[in-house]
Amino acid sequence: MEHASFIIGSYVVTFGSIALYVMWFLRRSRSTAQFTDEKDKPWI
Amino acid sequence: MSATSTPTGTRATRVLGFATLALTVWLIVFGLFVSAEDVVQGSTVRIMYVHVPSIWVAYVAFALTAVVSAVYLSGKNRSLAWDRVAGASAEIGVLFVAISLITGSLWGRLTWGTYWVWDARLTSTAFLFITYIGYLAVRGLGGTFRQRARRSAVLALLAVLEIPLVHFSVVIWRSLHQESTVANSGTDVELDGLMLFTLFLGIVTFTMLFVWMVLHRQRGLALQDAVDSHGLDVAIEQRRQEAEVR
Repeated sequence: MEHASFIIGSYVVTFGSIALYVMWFLRRSRSTAQFTDEKDKPWI
Repeated sequence: MSATSTPTGTRATRVLGFATLALTVWLIVFGLFVSAEDVVQGSTVRIMYVHVPSIWVAYVAFALTAVVSAVYLSGKNRSLAWDRVAGASAEIGVLFVAISLITGSLWGRLTWGTYWVWDARLTSTAFLFITYIGYLAVRGLGGTFRQRARRSAVLALLAVLEIPLVHFSVVIWRSLHQESTVANSGTDVELDGLMLFTLFLGIVTFTMLFVWMVLHRQRGLALQDAVDSHGLDVAIEQRRQEAEVR
């Protein structure tokens, strides 16, 4: 594949940044949930 | 709830998450290896399968932010859940605009020979990005939840007006960036069937990913609001007890 570094780099940037963001907000939610009651989670 | 599960997850989000993950793998395989190379751009066209869906999701995210903000401001339903959906959606939109700018810049380096030009489309997209960074900053200002919801809703309704400007910038001004080709039947550019399918797959995958992210993020914001609210209740109670002692 020609220009593989640019092409694969764009996929790495895309899915890497999404994965980092998802990990950040899931971890944050998990730590926040320790200080909340069950009534604060009506979706469960 | 198990130790490894997330407090913002439900059965529905887990099903959606696994389906999105499967589609993402499919997209990567098709985008990088299966779809055909372009007759003009060669293999660089493969960047399109993440670049176009990224800006699509950003548009959807900012439009959703505006719609739920309008619902909140209309007064029919003043639930703070609308405000949290707006905040979650805008945050995700900012991420996808950033991805679109970076992948577009890499693509531009290969096709135009430069990472960046002060072209109408690129400049207006950068302006859109900065506007929603500002929106998130405004959400972080002090005040009550209602004050946050009201001021950010007004800002969201103004900021969304930039989207048509970004989208039609290539038509309004002379631009290095190409006009839309798939949605525009007036051009002589035709996409190969597999290329069109891969692009469509990218848009579906990214849209599902967006829905999954918004569901989780707005629940995370609800938990954060609950913690902040409890903290405020505790502070008020402490002040009350201090006043009684005096």
